[in-house]
Amino acid sequence: MNCYLDNSATTRCFDSVAELTARIMCKDYGNPSSLHQKGVEAEAYVRNAKEVIAKSLKVTPKEIFFTSGGTESDNLALRGAAYANCRRGKHLITTAIEHPAVLRTMQYLQEQGFEVTYLPVDSCGRLRTEDLEKALRPDTILVSVMHVNNEIGSVQPLAQIGELLHRYNPDILFHVDAVQGYGKFRIYPKRIGIDMLSVSAHKIHGPKGVGFLYVGERVKIRPVLFGGGQQRGLRSGTENVPGIAGMAKAAEEIYRNLDEDVERLYALRQRFTEGLARLDGVSINGSRGRDGAPHIVSASFEGVRSEVLLHALEEKGVYVSAGSACASNHPDTAGSATLRAIGLKKELLSSTVRFSFSVFTTEEEIDYTLQALYELVPALRRFTRR
Amino acid sequence: MFKAFLIKFAEIGVKGKNRDLFEAALAQQIKYALRRCEGQFAVRRNRGRIYIEALSAFDFEETVENLKTVCGISSICPMVQAKDEGVEKLCQDVVDYVAAQYPEKRFTFKVDARRAQKNYPLNSMEINALLGEKLLDAFPQLRVDVHKPEVMIHVEVREKIYIYSIEIPGPGGMPVGTNGKAMLLLSGGIDSPVAGYMVAKRGVKIDAVYFHAPPYTSERAKQKVVDLARLVARYSGPIYLHVVNFTEIQLAIYEKCPHDELTIIMRRYMMRIAEQIAKKTECLGLVTGESIGQVASQTMQSLAVTNEVCTMPVYRPCIGLDKQEIVELAEKIGTYETSILPFEDCCTIFVAKHPVTKPNLGVIKRHEENLKDGIEEMVRQAVETAELIVAEV
Repeated sequence: MNCYLDNSATTRCFDSVAELTARIMCKDYGNPSSLHQKGVEAEAYVRNAKEVIAKSLKVTPKEIFFTSGGTESDNLALRGAAYANCRRGKHLITTAIEHPAVLRTMQYLQEQGFEVTYLPVDSCGRLRTEDLEKALRPDTILVSVMHVNNEIGSVQPLAQIGELLHRYNPDILFHVDAVQGYGKFRIYPKRIGIDMLSVSAHKIHGPKGVGFLYVGERVKIRPVLFGGGQQRGLRSGTENVPGIAGMAKAAEEIYRNLDEDVERLYALRQRFTEGLARLDGVSINGSRGRDGAPHIVSASFEGVRSEVLLHALEEKGVYVSAGSACASNHPDTAGSATLRAIGLKKELLSSTVRFSFSVFTTEEEIDYTLQALYELVPALRRFTRR
Repeated sequence: MFKAFLIKFAEIGVKGKNRDLFEAALAQQIKYALRRCEGQFAVRRNRGRIYIEALSAFDFEETVENLKTVCGISSICPMVQAKDEGVEKLCQDVVDYVAAQYPEKRFTFKVDARRAQKNYPLNSMEINALLGEKLLDAFPQLRVDVHKPEVMIHVEVREKIYIYSIEIPGPGGMPVGTNGKAMLLLSGGIDSPVAGYMVAKRGVKIDAVYFHAPPYTSERAKQKVVDLARLVARYSGPIYLHVVNFTEIQLAIYEKCPHDELTIIMRRYMMRIAEQIAKKTECLGLVTGESIGQVASQTMQSLAVTNEVCTMPVYRPCIGLDKQEIVELAEKIGTYETSILPFEDCCTIFVAKHPVTKPNLGVIKRHEENLKDGIEEMVRQAVETAELIVAEV
């Protein structure tokens, strides 16, 4: 049996998406900037994609900008907004558990003379709005908070943050990295005061190498790529038409039965965590209930090396992710920033595995995986470093 | 401008009756290396020399890089070819060669002519004198130095004229395949690929064995070893890599033997298995990357205890090298970058924090007794189920 439980790393493409992208690559392969009919056809795909995606967020199509994925969207949002607004101030705020696409960009901006505050999170991986309130300053120009944490599935209180920022100073821009949240939740940026929002297609059964950034109409932002002036100069480069159309198709599919699908995911997650509880020495990181994401379970297995468990599961056809790479030679830096930020015990840092589900995940897969764990975990515990 | 190469070889010149065999092997290895290069080439053996002639357009840099991996070559001399159209034309060709090859014309030189075409109007001495004179006329800053010239301009008069003055060093050694076959214990580290290269350089064909311990080591660790074998194969020719599943044996040792002796006992079993596969594949010896004192399992005492399980000779070409010297060799042969990739080929679970450094053979043997239930069968299984991967460029 093959159980792909690494859907937070990437997902299988929907068949409809694969068909559509293949057709565009071979038949409707025009450049949207070309004046002839082929160009017009291609442009229609891009325009339609904008409409579909805008609709899913209840924003306008001209606020959607296509990129090469989550990393580029984050870079464009942070660097673009920081440089466009640096005359108002140079203070940026984010959390300690962001994706490297945000954290590394923030570090880069620090080198460029910006000041960055990294907010801690609680033991469930949630930001406390009081901490944000205390960190706000008159020269704060941008706050970037991820929607769903990719490692433990914690969900940030976006609405409260949006409200707080609006109350404190409506000029502060609010960026959300929604790579793990889009397609699992309905997100309406305008209602909760999000100014920029990053999304990647391959996490929602779309193609790799494509994503988008929502940029609210009032937001001042500068491009990071220069060239032919496509997408109103904010993101030059010939549009990735098959990718963009594929992403829109995936968005359409994923939001079609969202409520039902999410219910099913929560049920699977519960089945899985209940099953895990029957094993000794297993703890679940982040929140177990409805305040966590429906598709991510981060579990620490006492006395088991995550990498070894990962490969042992792999031998049984179960694909998961090790919460952190086995960094045995560097015990001080071992473990991910997220796991350290929620205060996970040091000895559990390299014993943590992430299971992540998708609409393709079945109950049989969950049960099979649990069965594999019941066999493997006690067996592996016999062999630990003495 | 270069259309041909003269290949010089050092040691195979002194091999008496076997000389023909060695030359044939070298020519074979050269052809193998040239197959990786763009273009068509003819490889000719002629009176103790090997000539490579390009029959089509070719990439000079790429060709030289690949020739530099052929064991047995001491130097590679790129040559200019010209038709024999009389003495005057010859003088012009040599002047043109120097003009093109040396933009700065301030050096001492000597002309060294060889006249294989014995009906040529001038003899070698006369050609030397004439060309020297013409070069001095053309480039007055040049100076002749017949004892220690900075540039030696070689001119060979055969059915065609060949001119060369540059010698690019090759790896030296002897052509692979002239010295039997050995089994290399290959890991993902820095030392064992270097050991493989050093033995291959002496003309030995290489097979290799790698010990894989899933799920304690990953598929990427194995891929890294295959990649390393492919890098060594540039020098040694195709390597038959035997991937042995070692997990069961490793776990048995872990459960039944003292923790600080894990590594040494593990190494003894690796040697046993490597020797068995070596015998099956007609290898004449084992090769390891060990160097005295580098780690606990490579002290003199540990080496003696490890060595004791083998009856085959074990060659350790890195034995007297410091780590830095091994690293330099690894950089030279191009394996270093791959060796330092972070995929471990032994899980730290099986590494004691304080392993024995002075193991006692009697004690080790006594503790190995704990394994006697089933270990023979496990070893047999490991040998029999080894996966064979052919690593070639």
